Amino acid sequence: MDALILSRLQFAANISFHILFPTINIALCWFLVYFRVRHTAARGTPKAQEWEEAYFLWTKVFALSFAIGVVSGITMSFQFGTNWPGYMEKAGNIAGPLLGYEVLTAFFLEATFLGIMLFGRNRVSDRVHLVATLMVAAGTTLSAFWILSLNSWMQTPAGYEIVDGRFHATSWLAVIFNPSFPYRLVHKLLASTLTASFLIAGLSAWQLLRDTANRGTRRALTAGIVAAAIAIPLQILAGDQHGLNTLEYQPAKIAAIEGIWHTEKGAPLTLFGWPNEKEGRTDFAIQVPRLASLILAHDMDAELKGLDAFPNAHPPVAPVFWSFRVMVGMGVLMLLVAWSSAWTLWRGRRLRAKAGTTALPFSRWQLRLLTAMTFSGWVATLAGWWVTEIGRQPFLVYGLLRTADLVAVHPPAMVLSTLVAYLVVYAGLLLAYVGVLMYMAQHPAKPSAPSPQSPTAAMPVGGPA
Amino acid sequence: MTWNEFLPLIFMGVMGLALLAYVILDGYDLGVGILLPFASEEQKDVMVSSIGPFWDANETWLVLGIGVLLIAFPLAHGIVLSALYLPVAVMLVGLILRGVSFDFRVKARAARKTLWNRLFSLGSLMAATAQGWMLGSYLTGFDYGAWSLLFSLGIALTLPTAYCMLGAGWLIMKTSDDLQLRAVIWARRVLWPMGVALVGISLATPMINRDVFDKWFAMPQIIGLLPIPVACAAAFFAIFHVLHRPNVVKAGYGWVVFAGTVLIFVLAFLGLAYSIYPYIVIDRLTVWQAAAAHESLVFIFVGVAITLPAIIVYTVFMYRVFWGKASTLSYSLADEA
Ligand code: HDD
Ligand code: HEM
Ligand code: HEM
Repeated sequence: MDALILSRLQFAANISFHILFPTINIALCWFLVYFRVRHTAARGTPKAQEWEEAYFLWTKVFALSFAIGVVSGITMSFQFGTNWPGYMEKAGNIAGPLLGYEVLTAFFLEATFLGIMLFGRNRVSDRVHLVATLMVAAGTTLSAFWILSLNSWMQTPAGYEIVDGRFHATSWLAVIFNPSFPYRLVHKLLASTLTASFLIAGLSAWQLLRDTANRGTRRALTAGIVAAAIAIPLQILAGDQHGLNTLEYQPAKIAAIEGIWHTEKGAPLTLFGWPNEKEGRTDFAIQVPRLASLILAHDMDAELKGLDAFPNAHPPVAPVFWSFRVMVGMGVLMLLVAWSSAWTLWRGRRLRAKAGTTALPFSRWQLRLLTAMTFSGWVATLAGWWVTEIGRQPFLVYGLLRTADLVAVHPPAMVLSTLVAYLVVYAGLLLAYVGVLMYMAQHPAKPSAPSPQSPTAAMPVGGPA
Repeated sequence: MTWNEFLPLIFMGVMGLALLAYVILDGYDLGVGILLPFASEEQKDVMVSSIGPFWDANETWLVLGIGVLLIAFPLAHGIVLSALYLPVAVMLVGLILRGVSFDFRVKARAARKTLWNRLFSLGSLMAATAQGWMLGSYLTGFDYGAWSLLFSLGIALTLPTAYCMLGAGWLIMKTSDDLQLRAVIWARRVLWPMGVALVGISLATPMINRDVFDKWFAMPQIIGLLPIPVACAAAFFAIFHVLHRPNVVKAGYGWVVFAGTVLIFVLAFLGLAYSIYPYIVIDRLTVWQAAAAHESLVFIFVGVAITLPAIIVYTVFMYRVFWGKASTLSYSLADEA
């Protein structure tokens, strides 16, 4: 294997690992804000304890996920230089400032206030603690804003000119708010909401199944289901709009997604099939006539460009085709599960009000289904990113810079060795992460009152008490 | 000097400051990580608690340093990071292991705690050593001759001791009783190796690079530069003094150890900056040759000018919140009674 393939694999492995954790954290942090606000509002009633327990368990999950997100992110910030020096050389004038704003406005905010959010509750006032929590939440969201802006710029470049082979910005507004950015930001933030919702709902359902629920579990489960039920239709809508935007700017990607090999009028929608790149056709295709034209162009007879219209400039078909179907499949599953669970909740609430019990209305199989969906957000998110990123190939900056021209010339053996090292570490961490999540769910330790009896406590501390 | 020429220098300064802040701030928490195996179980928890609220923000300075390299000097970014490919990978794996162990060690089942403690120390050591190697290789202009490699190796072995010194100094400030005493002993053990190594490196640097030699050992300069070694020596002996008088530590002057080490770091940094200027890749690229387009620098300069002071303010705020001796960490909301 040559250094190009290895570098690509390495970058893909690193970013795929990284994104698993931001995807959880961006939204989870807002859930924590919500739990916390409800806790404060319920102060003095028994409900306060429930919200506190929900906050406590999910803060533990957040702290762990955040730590992994941070360290894998630090890896990412070196990857551009170690593996794609050509990219920084040519597009550094654009990429640099966007990454810079991310560091300056987002990373410091989240990393600094994280300490206060996690450990500062006894050292600052309630209000300062709330502000710190909000800062962390705002920081993670801002971070997504900047990095997605850069990513979108690479997909749909705008606001630049090329002088002597190097990009220069002509309008920063056009660079930041490039054509695909609003779609990607919305789609990604919703994806994050869904990932966190299903994680919370799934793990809580599992706690109920295993009889290890604490008083916060019900609260968390309900919050997860309600958020998922609201977010999923919005996500499907956003995805559809995103697709239309992509058709406009990256028709080759859409051709790969839909498996349209030849430009045709009234193109059919391929539900499933086996892309056969050599022969340029989809084997065993199950198709609905004219539907692709209808969905994408809102006209049954519209002409859609096929892959043959982009010689030597279209992505590999199979991975894009399959990833897309996995993502959409997950979306449909999420819709079914979230709505059916929400319906049960709603109905159960009315029954409960009548019967005066507080038990949750779910049947065991419903809980099992929710448990099975715990990591569905990860699957859909990865699949979605793969559609986006592989679908952009063979370009790094769409239509302008080819991936193959920008790679660092390292000896393949060296790239291979670091790739293997990362993969081993990541596999170990993923196992440990999922294991520890399950362990924490099974041992939802009560938020003990902070013990002042630590061997070294009891010195005056600064800051408001 | 025109504004066009001045802007790259400002960014060079920002990058230098970010890396200095990183080395000092993450230096103490990496040092604490390296010292971990020498403590008892109970002390380990206190040690980790003492850096708990800080380590994430500390590492962000590295991201800023690398970020500025990328933003302001994209050409150098590629050259430096491709040349340092392997040590960067070692450092990253080290930082990953360390960062995650920090959380796993208290969240995993108790039986696994030892494993995570070990990974925590191993990761810290890997990161510190790799950073030393990177510094060495950078100073030799990425030369791979035998002397250069030896020089890099020397720094790779020295930096961890310097970090341990910072770590021990930190623990002296943030802990009390037994652990504080232990930290004093650790600091005594690494003080001399660190001192000897720093002198060695300071002497070797001008030998490795002819330009540096000329810069330091020319006539009026050498007098102007004299305060640097003198202040270093003074800081060293202040540390030595405090470490060998437990009563002084008890009386609350333990911070001298940390402050003295920080001072040594700052001075070493100034010395290096003087040696390297105006290059960003030694003997190959100057600050101006590597600089990004002017409009990009202006755009990001606005951001730096607004956010950096804010970052410093809330960083100081955070340190104030956690001022004083370390206490056990808890996520609880429950003290509102
Ligand atoms: C949509 C979201 C998203 C995407 C696509 C990326 N990141 Fe990220 N990143 C985050 C969202 C995020 C986040 C939510 O802000 C963090 C903070 C904690 C976490 O889990 O993720 C994060 C952490 C994080 C950190 C550590 C920050 C700190 O010290 O607090 C760095 C250096 C990066 N990232 C760098 C990158 C780079 C260079 C990327 C692309 C190639 C990238 N991230 C993709
Ligand atoms: C966060 C989720 C992301 C995922 C899961 C992801 C996934 C991938 C994958 C799978 C590839 C390999 C494609 C291939 O080689 O065929 C890739 C390439 C790449 N992506 Fe992303 N990406 C993400 C975000 C980003 C962002 C935010 C940026 C930049 C701002 C980015 C920049 C790149 C670059 C520079 C390459 C290298 C070119 C290549 O390997 O082909 N990616 N990404
Ligand atoms: C079911 C309906 C959905 C549709 C029609 C849809 C559509 C799309 C399209 C067309 C893209 C590629 C955009 C491009 O690169 O040009 C995409 C990307 C993506 N999708 Fe979906 N999606 C759906 C559901 C989901 C779900 C449920 C998730 C996650 C929970 C998700 C997460 C993502 C992510 C993370 C990306 C990559 C980032 C981006 O380019 O926005 N999608 N989606």
